[in-house]
Amino acid sequence: MHTGILAADTLIQANAVDYLLIAIYFAFVLGIGFLASRGMSSSVDFFLSGRSLPAWVTGLAFISANLGAVEIMGMSATGAQLGLPTVHYFWIGAVPAMLFLGVVMMPFYYGSKVRSVPEFMKRRFGTGAHLVNAISFAVAQLLIAGINLYLLGSIVHALLGWPLWVALIVAALIVLSYITLGGLKAAIYNEVLQFFVIVAALLPLTILGLYNVGGWDGLASKIEAASAANPDTVASAAGQLNSWPGTALTGFSSDILSVVGIVFGLGFVLSFGYWTTNFVEVQRAMAADSISAARKTPIIGAFPKMFVPFITILPGMIAAVLVTELADFKASGGEAQIAGGAGGNVNYNDSLLLLMRDLLPNGLLGLALAGLLAAFMAGMAANVSAFNTVVSFDLIQEYIIKDRPDEFYVRLGRWATVSATAIAIFTAALASNFSNIMDYLQTLFGFFNAPLFATFILGMFWKRMTATAGWAGLVSGTLAAVLVGVLSDGTLGGLSVGVLPLSGQGASFVAAGAAFVVDIIVSVIVSLVTKPKPEGSLKGLVYSETPKEDLVDAEDAGRPWYARPVPLAGVALVMVIILNVIF
Amino acid sequence: MSTESNKAEPNEADSNSGLLGTLLALFDIRNVIGALLSIYGVILLLMGLFGDPEVEKTGGPNANLWAGIVLLVIGAIFIAWGVLKPVVPDAPHPGDKE
Repeated sequence: MHTGILAADTLIQANAVDYLLIAIYFAFVLGIGFLASRGMSSSVDFFLSGRSLPAWVTGLAFISANLGAVEIMGMSATGAQLGLPTVHYFWIGAVPAMLFLGVVMMPFYYGSKVRSVPEFMKRRFGTGAHLVNAISFAVAQLLIAGINLYLLGSIVHALLGWPLWVALIVAALIVLSYITLGGLKAAIYNEVLQFFVIVAALLPLTILGLYNVGGWDGLASKIEAASAANPDTVASAAGQLNSWPGTALTGFSSDILSVVGIVFGLGFVLSFGYWTTNFVEVQRAMAADSISAARKTPIIGAFPKMFVPFITILPGMIAAVLVTELADFKASGGEAQIAGGAGGNVNYNDSLLLLMRDLLPNGLLGLALAGLLAAFMAGMAANVSAFNTVVSFDLIQEYIIKDRPDEFYVRLGRWATVSATAIAIFTAALASNFSNIMDYLQTLFGFFNAPLFATFILGMFWKRMTATAGWAGLVSGTLAAVLVGVLSDGTLGGLSVGVLPLSGQGASFVAAGAAFVVDIIVSVIVSLVTKPKPEGSLKGLVYSETPKEDLVDAEDAGRPWYARPVPLAGVALVMVIILNVIF
Repeated sequence: MSTESNKAEPNEADSNSGLLGTLLALFDIRNVIGALLSIYGVILLLMGLFGDPEVEKTGGPNANLWAGIVLLVIGAIFIAWGVLKPVVPDAPHPGDKE
């Protein structure tokens, strides 16, 4: 065994080669930022990357922007705890919504030439809805940035043995310098690079894990044994090894309710709300070079997205049977206090780190750590830069300090970045109180995104919907979700009173469903009693008011089927249905 | 439809010379991916050939060696793609060639 200089009492025993691999990655990241800033000439370049990128680049960036803490730590943690039902976050909870975004909604975003999703809100519904959307988006970004930062800090802690709070502050400073270097082009290039580094990090881990556990059959028999040994605390083996009906995931006792909860709550409301209205994601597609490339961005992204579970959820499941501490933690039903986790005691979020510790030789270990650091850094950078764009341009320039020169807002954006980073350190402390990050994130998405999707989809297809209905629907929908969260059992930690017998993901699905239904009902009622917007002002924003030729790319007709958005989406849909049938 | 894409490729290489100019000319994401994966491939390959394979961890295979070979092959594919189909500045549809 190696005895590294710093490695005496840390969780991960990295040596000089590992640090070299990590250092090379940082050199590439900073180099991209530097080169991208030299090639930048206008603010269109900065915010929309000049609308110049090919679809495969924006497509990979599209999924990579989301391949941060949520996917890698959260999904492997949920995989370790609950097993295969976690794939619903991909095959039900992401791919259909990504295809819908590409086929149906992207023409409106790209065609109307808005700079941000809140700006679309402003053009369709005016000030009220714009303010609600911009503020709630900005707040959500701060909270999610905190989660990314917490996970980043916990890796630094595991690697170097620094106290978590020191690691948090240092990690925050690194991200701060990383953001200030380049605009969206640097961010997108880094995301594409990050995608390959993450795959290079997680694929060998998964293959080695499968090799050591005895393939899929070996994994299945070990999960069955672990479940049989502690039937009261561990989810049933059948539930862990089949994606449907996923009762362990939802916490519902009825199979039928569980399927309905997954399809409607996760598949329809939560995922459509997230993927189709989240500015961090949509911004990547807006950087594409044509309306056809913009539509293809989420559709191309859907193909690798389908296979991400195999390098996140699967290693999580393997970790739960191969890593001794984690197997003991799972056997205790998540109650045991076992020392040796990245942030203190062992919990499911440590799955990947512990599996890396046990399986990877020095060399591959460095590559794996570089992949994790890359993911969380880029994830936090995406949140913070989306936050400062919306705060500087959608909120302050629009409402508070108007008509100043461009440099003023650029300087303002820098200060927004600094304060966002400072706030993220506090939200990171908040995130460390939740044993499973996914619960926390789904709760947030439910509050902010579910009503957004209802308002967008109604606004895009119903021209009668009024400006007042826009903000009234959003506010009442969000309040409905918060109400369900407060009434449920533990969804909001100490804030939940436990009147409703719902916990975990199931409560999030119900909260999202409530937000969606309340938003639609309130929007329709308010629209019927308030004055609609004048007909001419809705061109490019509402389906029936927009000429069909504005929504498609005229050159698509001459292209082969695989270069056109709709047939490509059809192929993706068939593939994801096949995956659902197999597992 | 994509009139913007014409102004999107600034002639930055013209105004820079020396090392920076060369770097900017090579600043195609395919070259960047290819370079990083190849460097990683070489390091892991060397670790696999000369380092401790740590078979007690991996359970048998020389993981560094295999990962190094695969990374080198994928890195080479990206560099070859960048060399064989270079980006033409001011092409009307830079995204249509994949």
